[in-house]
Amino acid sequence: MNTTGIEFKDVEKTFLREDGSRQVILDRVSFTITAGKTTVIAGGSGQGKSVTLKLILGLMRPDGGKILVAGDDVTGVRGKKLKELRTRFGVLFQGSALFDSMTVFDNVALPLRERTTKSESEIKKQVLASLDQLELLGHENKYPAQLSGGMKKRAGLARALQLQPEIMLFDEPTTGLDPVMTQEIYHLFARTQEQVGYTAIIVSHDIPKVFNLADQVIIINNGIMDVFPSPEAIQWSRKPHIREFVKTTMGEIYQSHLVEQ
Amino acid sequence: MLVQQNFISRLGSTGLSSVVDLGRMGLYLVQMGLGCFRMPFHFSEFMRQMNFIGVGSLVVIFFTAASTGMVLGLQGYYSLHKYGAEGMLGSAVALTLIMELGPVLTALMVAGRAGSAMCAELGIMRISEQIDALDCMAVDPFRYLISPKLLAAIISVPLLTAFFDVIGIAGGYIAGVHLMGVNPGSYFEGMQSSVTNHDILLGTVKSFVFAVLIVWICSGRGYFVHVIKGAGFGARSVSKVTTQAVVLTSISVLIFDYLLTAILI
Repeated sequence: MNTTGIEFKDVEKTFLREDGSRQVILDRVSFTITAGKTTVIAGGSGQGKSVTLKLILGLMRPDGGKILVAGDDVTGVRGKKLKELRTRFGVLFQGSALFDSMTVFDNVALPLRERTTKSESEIKKQVLASLDQLELLGHENKYPAQLSGGMKKRAGLARALQLQPEIMLFDEPTTGLDPVMTQEIYHLFARTQEQVGYTAIIVSHDIPKVFNLADQVIIINNGIMDVFPSPEAIQWSRKPHIREFVKTTMGEIYQSHLVEQ
Repeated sequence: MLVQQNFISRLGSTGLSSVVDLGRMGLYLVQMGLGCFRMPFHFSEFMRQMNFIGVGSLVVIFFTAASTGMVLGLQGYYSLHKYGAEGMLGSAVALTLIMELGPVLTALMVAGRAGSAMCAELGIMRISEQIDALDCMAVDPFRYLISPKLLAAIISVPLLTAFFDVIGIAGGYIAGVHLMGVNPGSYFEGMQSSVTNHDILLGTVKSFVFAVLIVWICSGRGYFVHVIKGAGFGARSVSKVTTQAVVLTSISVLIFDYLLTAILI
């Protein structure tokens, strides 16, 4: 059973704008991401959703507070410890972040070649099996520029899953995809999570579709995070910005509850 | 009063960001050097860069060297002819090329051709999150991407400089001997008697330092495209930073050329 959860304790992050003023991204936020479950982080553009992911990954450092992964304080870790921490994560980036100069096969094989001592034949076997599972077999010799948006996402997912991560981070995974492909990608997430058992954190604008996957929802607004134990719990919030969020993003689905309130 | 305050605050902000930028680039240079000794060595990237920086620059270096050598041959002949010293032509052409023009022009050509590409490649990799992806896979981007470029440049730039010198001397020979009628024996004799090992060493040290400068500045600007103040965002930031990198490298090469000449001559 996966026991790798994440905890934010009074985490602060501020950016300095070009004009010298300060923009508070996270204002002493605290929340817990439950191990083995799916947490969706939603909010408007520039509210700090991707920054939260970068803080978890150690790509950015918080200005204050603590970040715990599976109970270990990972705030500001460096060098070997940071490397070890990152091997526990898999990331699917917004633009897939596939290496343009490599084929799909080489992209997916990269973490195995760099982070394991597996032989080339073992790597080939594992990569082809993953590509088969994600319906990319036959495209292994193509370059990222020759793939559709959905195929790129699947190749990115295949690469992220190679080292059997304990935690998967998805940064806007369905941006630029049509509704059919979006649905297909969500099915893939659910399927791979069932197989690998990872803790999933999904940053997305795709509300309410992505809520079908969510066990827990976090909404970021002006540096404040509101945590809801389930997507349904959002509708009962009395906070004006959450009610506005529900109205604009979830429209008809929860409209009736809002009227009742 | 308000205008003065704004000016002072902008000056302070620019000064601070320049210090931050310098510190960042200094640490980058150290990381780049250390990356060369981290294992496993990314041999295929090293060979790709040797081909790109070295083999790919041969044509442009050939034409630059040939025209520079021929111009030196002609100019040198007319200057020396006034004093009846045409016999010194080989010596003048060789010393100018080996100590100054060879290393400097080779570095400027490589910076314009390979340095700009290096900067743009890393800049695009940065804004498309490919470098973040390497970090997230716990793959050191210095060992994997940048240090092979440094090693390839350290090897190929001095070799390209030697190639430049040979072609330039041949160009000077064609202009001086075949076109202007200087005695071929005296062209080579003058060269042999005046060029010392120290001159060749000076040219080699220069080309080595220039190679480090090219990779350091060009790859560094691309790597940090997302945090460079005033660079903007997206494709425009990459094009702006690439231009900036080539200009900065060219100026640095010229400044270091003077410094190295003053120290080593």
